[in-house]
Amino acid sequence: MPTLGNYLLLSAILFAIGTAGVFVRRNLITILLSIEIMLNAVNLTFVAFGRALGSADGQIIVFFVMTVAAAEAAVGLAIIIALFRHKESLNPDSFTALKW
Amino acid sequence: MLLLIPLLPFLGFLVNASFGRRLSKAAAGAVACAAMIGSFLVSAVAVWRLAALEPEARAIVQRVFTWISSGDFTVAFTLRVDPLSAVMILVVTGIGSLIHVYSTAYMHEESDSEFARYFSYLNLFAAFMLVLVLGSNFLVMFVGWEGVGLCSYLLIGFWYQKKSASDAGKKAFIVNRIGDFGFVLGVLLAFVRFGTVDFQEIGRAIAGLAPETTFGTLSLITLLLFVGATGKSAQIPLFVWLPDAMEGPTPVSALIHAATMVTAGVYMIGRNAALFSHTPLTLTVVAVIGTATALMAGTIGLVQNDIKRVLAYSTVSQLGYMFLAMGVGAYASGIFHLYTHAFFKALLFLGSGAVIHALAGEQDLRRMGGLRDKLPVTYWTFLVGALAIAGVPLLSGFFSKDEILFHAFASGHTILWIVGLLTSLLTAIYMFRLVFLAFHGPSPTALAAQVGPHAAEHQAPGTQHSAPSTQHTTPGTQHPGGHVHDAPPAMAWPLIVLAIGSIVAGYVGLPHVLGGSDWFARFLEPSFSGAVIGEAAEAAELELTLMAVSTFVAVSGIGIAMYFFLKHREAADGVAARFAGLHQVLQHKYYVDEIYDATIVQPVRIVSQEGLWKIVDVRVIDGTVNLVGRVVEGSSQELRRTQTGSVRAYAASLFLGVVLILGYYLWR
Repeated sequence: MPTLGNYLLLSAILFAIGTAGVFVRRNLITILLSIEIMLNAVNLTFVAFGRALGSADGQIIVFFVMTVAAAEAAVGLAIIIALFRHKESLNPDSFTALKW
Repeated sequence: MLLLIPLLPFLGFLVNASFGRRLSKAAAGAVACAAMIGSFLVSAVAVWRLAALEPEARAIVQRVFTWISSGDFTVAFTLRVDPLSAVMILVVTGIGSLIHVYSTAYMHEESDSEFARYFSYLNLFAAFMLVLVLGSNFLVMFVGWEGVGLCSYLLIGFWYQKKSASDAGKKAFIVNRIGDFGFVLGVLLAFVRFGTVDFQEIGRAIAGLAPETTFGTLSLITLLLFVGATGKSAQIPLFVWLPDAMEGPTPVSALIHAATMVTAGVYMIGRNAALFSHTPLTLTVVAVIGTATALMAGTIGLVQNDIKRVLAYSTVSQLGYMFLAMGVGAYASGIFHLYTHAFFKALLFLGSGAVIHALAGEQDLRRMGGLRDKLPVTYWTFLVGALAIAGVPLLSGFFSKDEILFHAFASGHTILWIVGLLTSLLTAIYMFRLVFLAFHGPSPTALAAQVGPHAAEHQAPGTQHSAPSTQHTTPGTQHPGGHVHDAPPAMAWPLIVLAIGSIVAGYVGLPHVLGGSDWFARFLEPSFSGAVIGEAAEAAELELTLMAVSTFVAVSGIGIAMYFFLKHREAADGVAARFAGLHQVLQHKYYVDEIYDATIVQPVRIVSQEGLWKIVDVRVIDGTVNLVGRVVEGSSQELRRTQTGSVRAYAASLFLGVVLILGYYLWR
């Protein structure tokens, strides 16, 4: 029977993987996927706490997060497509026009 | 009903100020005169009702609205008529009406819109003056006090294209501001001391107190109030604005700068007689300042050559008499002189206005002469006024001035009495110098030739109007060949009425020794009930002796004037040449303006220009603002480099920030 600590540890590992992906990868789609991993790491925390405290609040919030994540993925992908059409590239470093 | 008294002129002001441009001169003048005469009639009814009351209960109060209500401090806009304010409203509306009528003729050469502007100011002045005298507490009085100052400024600078006129307006306003500052401080201190600004309540509060023989709060309050009075009533050291105020139209000088507004200071002291009589120290200051002003202005008046300036100094001098009366505790006598003075001084000013009008703007006495036959109405009425002010027996000025001198002597102020008597000699001399120079003697042959160029003084303001000047007639066509004409009916009638007033006005205060009952003083008594009235010993012999002395003085003054300015004009020049130094000092009005300029105006100007402007403003204030701008610009120049445009850099800084904040909360 896994304890709350186990769940939190797993969540922290997933979050760290996601964060590392955002910083390390040079492909916008991969970065988006990494963000999804981070979101789901947080979801896991919510559910774990909800179960440990015997409350449904955690699960309810997870549903919210999932809906928002779906919308975010749709908008994010649309932006990525628009960017790709613009520069024929998915490398975030090629989109630095918006600076001083 | 009391509200109607100031409201009618105020409505007149609103009409003329809003629609004046579209009204004809006749309509604008009619509105203004109707408002004043209406106000006079209402005042007369109010005073009639007042007189019907028991002497002790003589007061009509109307609470118009609650003005300020804050905690337990309330001030109501309350109007109150008691015998003292009754005298004032009758003088203001009565003389005011006459001067309004006179003005319709005097100002006729102005364009339509200027004419309406003039009458709107004049009505506004009357409204404020009536608020001043009807207000039952210091704050309401202060509204009027400031309002009349404003109107005085507007009317002195009425011919604003003329630099001297607009300068004179500013001078009057600024000098008055100094006095008003003292007045405000006095009112505030009175509020702190008594917890109220109502005249009646202050009077009741003071009644239980012993007179303050040493310098204390009460003395400070009254001295500050007196500073306000010296500003408004042109006493030393703030009298300098009044002679310059003669730049305004002559009827304005008559109404504001002779008959009504300048007496506000005297009225204010009378209103607070209870307070002032508790501070002998202040009363002494008032009496001494009043007497000194009377003498100083009288001596200056001797050598001035501008007909209006002579009258202006004479006004200052007569106001000094009133303050002398107030200072020796003879409040009723001071108000009595105020009342008779309003008649003869308004008459003299309007008479001089008629002379100026007839000569198309000439004001210099040296270019006048022999007008007696050409301007009979003006001459005879002017002569009455001059006799009255000189204190010739049986005219109004004699009774009032004599009463003041009698009270000064009877209360033991012998020195003040002697100076007062000397001033009364001077009064007779300068007034009759004026009469003889203007109306008697040879008519200067050059006069006709000079009417042309000097007409500019009177006409200039009108002709300088760019747009409306087209309907202006040139002086030449107005007075063909420099023809000198006597006052038109609208000017002559006020002169005649005022001349009659100057003769009979004194009889309401006929003293006991001459078989009268001194009705005026008894009428005013309830207003001064809380005051310690100067002990007027019933010494009939003394009073008669003093009367004889001042009569002798007045007549000898006229005699001296006759010798020097009628019979032997060259003798006057001889005296002037022998005392050339003194003559110079007097001609330059004791160099008071020059002294003020050197000690106050120039230092203030230099400090403002060199210090406040070029250092404090340009360097300190502007410098600080520019420094802030430069710092922001410089640091932004560097900080903008952090805006790289790289999404991952932003994400990294975001992440770092979250880690730092969380870390702080976890490990603190």
